[in-house]
Amino acid sequence: MSGSLLFEAIVFLAGAIICVSIAKRLGLSSVLGYLLAGILIGPYVLGFVGEEGEDILHFAEFGVVVMLFLIGLEIEPKNFWSMRKSILGMGGIQVSLTVVITYALFTLLGYNWEVALVIGMAVALSSTAIALQTIKEKGLMDTTFGTSSFSILLFQDIIVIFMIGALPLLSNASEHTNGNTGHSTSNLIESLPIGLQTLAIILSVVLIILAGRFVIVPMLRKVAKTGVRELLIAAAFLIVFGISYLMEFVGISPALGAFLGGVVLSTSEFKHELESTLEPFKNLLLGLFFMAVGASINFIVIANSPMAIGGILVAIILIKAFVLFVTGQVFKLKLDQKLLLTFSLAQVGEFAFVLLSFAFQLNILEQEQMDMMLVITAVSMSLTPILSVLNERLILPKFGTKESISRPMDHIAKSQKIILVGFGHFGSTVGRFLRSHGIEATILDFDSNRVDFLRKMGFEVYYGDATRLDLLESAGIAEAKLLICAVDNPRVTKDITKLVKTNYPDVEMLVRAKNRYDAYDLINMGIDNIYRESLDTSLALASDALHKLGFRKYTLNRQVQNFIKYDEASLRRMAEQPERDENYIFKARKELEEQEKLLEDDFKRGIISYDNHWDSEHIRKQLQKPNEA
Amino acid sequence: MKKVLILFAHPKFEKSRANAALIERLNDKKHVTFHDLYERYPNFHINVQREQELLVEHDIIIWHHPLYWYSSPAMLKQWKDMVLEFNWAYGPNGKVLHNKTVFNVITTGGSREVYCTEGYNTYTVNEFLRPFEQTAKLCGMNYLPPFAVMGTHNLSDRDLTNYANAYEQLIDLLQTDFSSQEFKKHLFLNDLETLTI
Repeated sequence: MSGSLLFEAIVFLAGAIICVSIAKRLGLSSVLGYLLAGILIGPYVLGFVGEEGEDILHFAEFGVVVMLFLIGLEIEPKNFWSMRKSILGMGGIQVSLTVVITYALFTLLGYNWEVALVIGMAVALSSTAIALQTIKEKGLMDTTFGTSSFSILLFQDIIVIFMIGALPLLSNASEHTNGNTGHSTSNLIESLPIGLQTLAIILSVVLIILAGRFVIVPMLRKVAKTGVRELLIAAAFLIVFGISYLMEFVGISPALGAFLGGVVLSTSEFKHELESTLEPFKNLLLGLFFMAVGASINFIVIANSPMAIGGILVAIILIKAFVLFVTGQVFKLKLDQKLLLTFSLAQVGEFAFVLLSFAFQLNILEQEQMDMMLVITAVSMSLTPILSVLNERLILPKFGTKESISRPMDHIAKSQKIILVGFGHFGSTVGRFLRSHGIEATILDFDSNRVDFLRKMGFEVYYGDATRLDLLESAGIAEAKLLICAVDNPRVTKDITKLVKTNYPDVEMLVRAKNRYDAYDLINMGIDNIYRESLDTSLALASDALHKLGFRKYTLNRQVQNFIKYDEASLRRMAEQPERDENYIFKARKELEEQEKLLEDDFKRGIISYDNHWDSEHIRKQLQKPNEA
Repeated sequence: MKKVLILFAHPKFEKSRANAALIERLNDKKHVTFHDLYERYPNFHINVQREQELLVEHDIIIWHHPLYWYSSPAMLKQWKDMVLEFNWAYGPNGKVLHNKTVFNVITTGGSREVYCTEGYNTYTVNEFLRPFEQTAKLCGMNYLPPFAVMGTHNLSDRDLTNYANAYEQLIDLLQTDFSSQEFKKHLFLNDLETLTI
């Protein structure tokens, strides 16, 4: 049934489209949709995909590599350096505690110590793919929870190198010496003595940094000069493939290498080009990866000993959750951030696949043990989105709302009630200005550290996810006059807008938009008050630039107002064009075309030319007879 | 040497030939402060304290502007509304501006002939400038007749240079020594015999 590549592609794509759109409609994360799609098309339900699921899994792991490259792009070297404490501290505590406790558990269950140690190491590793994808989707990357998760995951990416390096030693210890053949030539590191291994790792990191500066950036400049867009896509992939190859060659995790490559390129001028080029591929590859995980769940193994596997699964998740909670405790995270961390990293991750199958090759693990652990890994990954949903819907609301109710509703006049969603850089400016006029907005924010700080400042702050109707209701949306949405993430903005528009259409909304494209969507959702962060500030800058070239300030000021008026009008005109529903890959090109069209219109409509007010030359030309000017 | 403050208000200075000529000469003059109001306050958000300090620091104030609809451009009205505060510029304790000298320097498209009973503007420039005269009086200031460059549409470059020279000479005169009585005899300061136009 599964001979043809085309047929497989159809199965995967159709599965993804159906399941992910259902998951999204139900308000669940796309990861869960992909996993379900994988289970459905896998060998045990519909049977469209059989053994080749494994291969697809290996191929799709590349999605994780691309993702880490993209994350690297967003982290500039100095920020990376400032995270070193939390990477080493949190990651160190999490990995070592998990290994120790799991090791103890499996020894107690009667496994010999090598097996228990391998399982301990595999269990300690969480899934970068699932956790980070979910965090990014929810726009939580900038919260304490987001950075903590990231630190831990990064540490795991680093430590896995040493784990893989250490496995052959275990193999010798367990006297199964025959297993050491076949792989020792597979990479460079294992064929070197330990001292040189470290040296090789350091050298390859230095190589990436140097290559980034002196090879990749000049190459990208050349590519950009050609003006051929698909070359840039090719170049982006060449970079990621190249780094991955190098890393696999020396025996470091390709994901880690890609991350470093990303960090190196984060200060280059191509940061955003690379981001927008790779983003759609990353999402698709990750989707494929999640589907492959779903398809690889071996239900026969589960059926054979459901109790044992279920028991171990629960035990492992509990151990991981406990360790994560303790880690959060040590680093003094707020309770809700700790809970988020606990629930989102409590799975066994994709590195476990690698580690376990390598251990199997080395004859450390037996077939049965490996099968069991692979099933547990896959199921625990599938459970993560479900656990997160439980956490968000059942546990966090209790905590979140409880804390907000404990503050009395004080002096806000009910008729003047304003709800301000999002208190980052944008929202806090709005809030400060309102406050300076004696208007105290009710603030909603999802970063509990910020919430805590704001409460100390005397703001009325509700902690939590503003896409939840119950939270908006407990913040008093029923009697609110205005709702200001100052959220950074456009997707969250749209969710909030939809929610408020459907349930409380009488509340007037003032909404922050990132750019034209978000503004289009908001216009089509019936929002009148849209504030593009890319409009006023950039015009202020442009007008200052012109002033430095000798233009007069008052004229510029009037032209800026004209431009805004004109741009708003063109925005509303273009929002009505239906064909703008972007399909991802062409989005960047479309944007360019649209920019060109805008500039062309600017000239045609004469926005750039002067008006004739107070222009005596104009009058002079029109009438050569005396008149009052 | 007396200090001169030129409060200049032109919403489109970059398009004004006449004012470009008049002001070019004043740039490097000692003790003359050229204060470009539209450039300083493109949003009409006038810094009142700074403006009052400037007034205190100078002895002779010039309202330099084109005549629009028989008055000043909006900015100068805004300046008066904001800066000339009660009990600072006028009122029982408003004595800061007492005995300072003030007058208008104006440019008009229409010539002197059309600003009279027989002309189509019916009134003279001096009559149109009454609000300025009265403002000066209420603030205890010494108001002089205007210096007016009129019929600008028909002035040649040479005419404009002559006016610019006269404006410079006038400022020199005011900075060193002048008799208010003598100046007030004229309808326009342009008519002073000592100036060469």
